[in-house]
Amino acid sequence: MTNASSNFFYNNILNFFLIFLIILLSKVSFAAGEKISYPQLNWSFSGIFGTFDRASQQRGLQVYKEVCSGCHGMRLLAYRNLKAIGYNEDEIKAFASENSVNTINDDGEVVERSARPSDKFVSPYPNDKAARAANGGAYPPDLSLIVKARPDGANYLHALLTGYIDAPTDQKIPDGMYYNKYYAGNLIGMPQPLYEDGVEYADGTKATPEQMAKDVTAFLAWASEPEMEDRKRLGVSVMLFLLLLTALSYFAMKQIWAPIKEQ
Amino acid sequence: MSNTKFKNPVVKWIDHRLPVFSFMDHELNHYPTPKNLNYFWNFGSLAGFALVTMIVTGIVLSMNYTAHVDYAFDSVERIMRDVNHGWLIRYIHMNGASFFFIVVYIHIFRGLYYGSYKAPRELLWILGVLILLLMMATAFMGYVLPWGQMSFWGATVITNLFSALPLVGESIVTWLWGGFSVDNSTLNRFFSLHFVLPFVIVGVVILHLVALHRFGSNNPIGIDIKGTQDTVPFSPYYTIKDLFGLSVFLSFFAAAVFFFPNFMGHPDNYIEANPMVTPAHIVPEWYFLPFYAILRAIPDKLGGVLFMFGAIAVLFVLPWLDRSSVRSSQFRPVYKIFFWILLLDCILLGYLGAMPAEGIYVILSRVATAYYFFHFLILFPLLPYIEKTKPLPISISEPILGGGSTASAFAMREKK
Repeated sequence: MTNASSNFFYNNILNFFLIFLIILLSKVSFAAGEKISYPQLNWSFSGIFGTFDRASQQRGLQVYKEVCSGCHGMRLLAYRNLKAIGYNEDEIKAFASENSVNTINDDGEVVERSARPSDKFVSPYPNDKAARAANGGAYPPDLSLIVKARPDGANYLHALLTGYIDAPTDQKIPDGMYYNKYYAGNLIGMPQPLYEDGVEYADGTKATPEQMAKDVTAFLAWASEPEMEDRKRLGVSVMLFLLLLTALSYFAMKQIWAPIKEQ
Repeated sequence: MSNTKFKNPVVKWIDHRLPVFSFMDHELNHYPTPKNLNYFWNFGSLAGFALVTMIVTGIVLSMNYTAHVDYAFDSVERIMRDVNHGWLIRYIHMNGASFFFIVVYIHIFRGLYYGSYKAPRELLWILGVLILLLMMATAFMGYVLPWGQMSFWGATVITNLFSALPLVGESIVTWLWGGFSVDNSTLNRFFSLHFVLPFVIVGVVILHLVALHRFGSNNPIGIDIKGTQDTVPFSPYYTIKDLFGLSVFLSFFAAAVFFFPNFMGHPDNYIEANPMVTPAHIVPEWYFLPFYAILRAIPDKLGGVLFMFGAIAVLFVLPWLDRSSVRSSQFRPVYKIFFWILLLDCILLGYLGAMPAEGIYVILSRVATAYYFFHFLILFPLLPYIEKTKPLPISISEPILGGGSTASAFAMREKK
């Protein structure tokens, strides 16, 4: 009888994990329902212990500033946030002051002043309609959350940026559209942004489109999840604590129940 | 009411006038609990823990949230970026909703497997189904608050369901929205209701516990407690077991919060709501997917809505649909098989709810929906007439103790 009940206990535990697994798997297969598959890169920030590569992020900021920021804003990011990717206050002040923002002076007039570290990244267009009008009707999305806002965001972004190829001969390309093998429907309003030596990296890294795509993705991944390193670091401590708590409470439970089980 | 068990004079004084300490001692300490409960009986206390976690994190979030269509999305991002540990509070709340549903669904299937809804626990079960319904309403409105694309379009799709009602449908939808589309007034009222409904849930949970403590927990073999030899006092036996269960639960929960916080969410909800752009696939949160699949399986809009709500309505009357007097599936060899089929059926419905409503998925949805209602409306009432159940043990202590009688755990604890 005891045997039967302990067997039953193991069945229960097994069932629980099966249910859990099935739920997870059904979700995975659902996420994998997308038709296009992207090259899966080994990002420094993926995995439980993943951290951002500062040098890559800084190069990525440069790519954003010199290439992307012509059309794409990052309205949720403040200049002061750049401290987290290794810039000091003077560098941030200088970086911010290259932009200007509107403010109202004491006489009630709208005047321009140069941006401060506390300001959010200045968007290239005053509003969505201006952004559309300047881009043939296609809206260049804000990039603050882009890596979180796309399935498999980092790989998708990298793929998209390097996915410009010659269109198949039977494919008609309308005016203002471009062919990209990773974009849903293949026709994208954004022209190829990255070319060989499109930027000149200060650290001497060769600015290939592949390199620039990786760097700007690393930068944007951080912009989407600026808390990621803190989160994972805290997570490791919490998991260690919980493992200890689980072990302690397990043995305490076994000890307390021992007289009942022996009966 | 014995007033001598408390040594502290202040406690004694209060308890004489307001017997809260006696009450807690009786319900949380001495409370006799079947000694043979397995780990599936952990999920009730886990659900309670999840509810408290959601309320505490939710109150903190509400201090930093702005319920306005122009500011809601940005205020959530401000919580994620600028509020100290705001990302932690928000990820706990966001994943907490999913984990709350995971433990509650396991809790419900536990009840189905061991017949916990049968006499005399019918009201206990009905209160539980009411909690599920309130949870669904609360979760749905909570998902609207970050004002992302899925928030907006999910709210639009679900509120529009009421337009299927004949005659009054359109008026009801306008009334729900507080306008002619999902807009600022909708967001405001959803925030208000999302804040207040959890406290209604707490109220129903208290009733759920009162009903539970009237007859005590059911147990894996589903027979009544015959005497003190069948039970152990709740503390320390089940307090320590619940603590162990909580540690395991928290390990899974923390892994999700710290390492995969967006796994159970949808990327589109990090795009701010835009009434002009419809997402390619509007998918509800995973815990609604089985019901969503039932909704879409029925070719008629009103029919779909009725079947979807019917899927929950059958749970309310389950204690009377099931004609078998044997509670536990351990002694119901045929029902046991159908139980697992029902579980797989619900998981299949969940999968189908996430798939586009086309081709084979539609056919499978209809088969799975048909089985769901067959199981509740035909199998439950009729199976007992053909099923030959196994003989029930005489008491709880018999199968464990092999018939020998021993001193009760209560007596043992007193000796220590």
